Amino acid sequence: MKIKSLTIIGLLFFVSYSMNAQNNVVVEKVRQKLATVNDYVAEGVMKTDVSFIKASLGKVKVYYKKPNLIKVKKDGGISLLPKGGVSITMNSLLNTDQYIAIASGKQVYNGKNLEVYKLVPTDDQLEWVISTLWIDPVESLVYKTFTTTKENGSFEITMEYGAYANYGLPSKIIFGFNTKDYKLPNGITLEFGDEAPISKEKAKKNKKGTIEITYSKYTINKGVSNTNF
Amino acid sequence: MWSIIQIELYKIYKRPRTYIAFGAIAALIWVIQMGLKIDGEAYAAFLMKDINNTLIVDGKVLNGYLICYILLQLLLVHVPLLVALIAADMLSGEANLGTLRLLFTTPYSRTQWVLAKFIAASIYTILLLIWLAALALFLSMYIFGTDDLFLMKSNYVVLIETQDVFWRYVGAFVFASFSLLTVTALGFLMSSLANNSIGPIVATISAIVFFTILSTLNIPLFNLVKPYLFTTHMNNWKEFFDIQVTENNEAITGSILNIQKIKTSLLVLSIHIVLFVGASILIMKKKDVLS
Repeated sequence: MKIKSLTIIGLLFFVSYSMNAQNNVVVEKVRQKLATVNDYVAEGVMKTDVSFIKASLGKVKVYYKKPNLIKVKKDGGISLLPKGGVSITMNSLLNTDQYIAIASGKQVYNGKNLEVYKLVPTDDQLEWVISTLWIDPVESLVYKTFTTTKENGSFEITMEYGAYANYGLPSKIIFGFNTKDYKLPNGITLEFGDEAPISKEKAKKNKKGTIEITYSKYTINKGVSNTNF
Repeated sequence: MWSIIQIELYKIYKRPRTYIAFGAIAALIWVIQMGLKIDGEAYAAFLMKDINNTLIVDGKVLNGYLICYILLQLLLVHVPLLVALIAADMLSGEANLGTLRLLFTTPYSRTQWVLAKFIAASIYTILLLIWLAALALFLSMYIFGTDDLFLMKSNYVVLIETQDVFWRYVGAFVFASFSLLTVTALGFLMSSLANNSIGPIVATISAIVFFTILSTLNIPLFNLVKPYLFTTHMNNWKEFFDIQVTENNEAITGSILNIQKIKTSLLVLSIHIVLFVGASILIMKKKDVLS
């Protein structure tokens, strides 16, 4: 009886280990794909969609260097970026081995059969707490992530791929984040008058914001100076 | 007509109080610019407290365009008081000195004299505004440089691209000229009613303060009269700095959110100018000059 129980437990461990190993293969493939990129400079157009901000589209350049240096610069102007969200990209998540990947099922997302993995950091010093990845196992591409950070809340990042899919680099990336209320006293803005109160619907929408970057060109592995960060 | 306008301009030029307004504006702007140059980052951080909770704002927020907006917000409320110092003295000052009778015995009609005085006072007002623009806009651009205008309003933020800002200031200053000319015309009207200098100046300033308070109080009873008060419309130069957005919340470069509001305000202010000056002419034509 004891031998039988031990055998079953051992078998369960083996199945679990094999599954995990199999799951990690998918994440590992993504990691390997991203690891081919040492640095890049990407040009694109950024759109800011936060309900309390009126901003036009702006040309941006995104600089990346391994392992986790990233900087978004607007072409001569003021840029608005989610606090802490931009630094947590696919490259910065997977370029270290300091995580455990746990398979969390499958999902159909935008017509694609994706596998869902939860990444848990093994290093306490990392700024993220947990991240969920929606991965296409065939293309080894991540289409969506949801990351919870220690200090800057949660971020949802969705990606679309095009010409640079071979490198695992998206053609479009959307950062979704929670926003806090914005209000300045009229005494400071000197705006006295008949302002309409914000509707409940708009106030609800106030809590969500997105920043969308559509990339037109990547210059990959040509070297990026540290002065850009 | 031009010769009597020149005479009136010469009188304004020779009056010491003319330069009080220029000096006061220069001093105020200089103090604010210095304050913001030295400790502007702390001021910007205070304004952006709510935004910084969520977003990282990268770029030169405290640039010349924002400084100019801050200055105009503060000064365009008070410049009318400085305009009143000259405009409200144009007719009553002459009456006080006893020279009004002398003027009206010249070959020029009373209407011509009143119009000449109003045009001279208007030129003074416009010069004051140009002085304000030169210091608030161009000097700020020189000291702080230029970048996108990151404008923090009470309930939302407007980010206007650098190349889309300057024309808005041109529009705002043209609009402000209508606002200040309305004050000039009001001062002129008060001036036509009195025979001393102090009374019309105090009356003009009091009227501006009184109507400004009515315009800013959000009480339903006052809301009925607000659209007809010139003080309600004087601050609408700010409309040049609000921008339309698409359904996707993309700001439309080169657009103005509420252009109709600007047009309406310009119309109301123009009507006030015509009414005030017209009333001044009528009063002066019928006035029995005894001083």
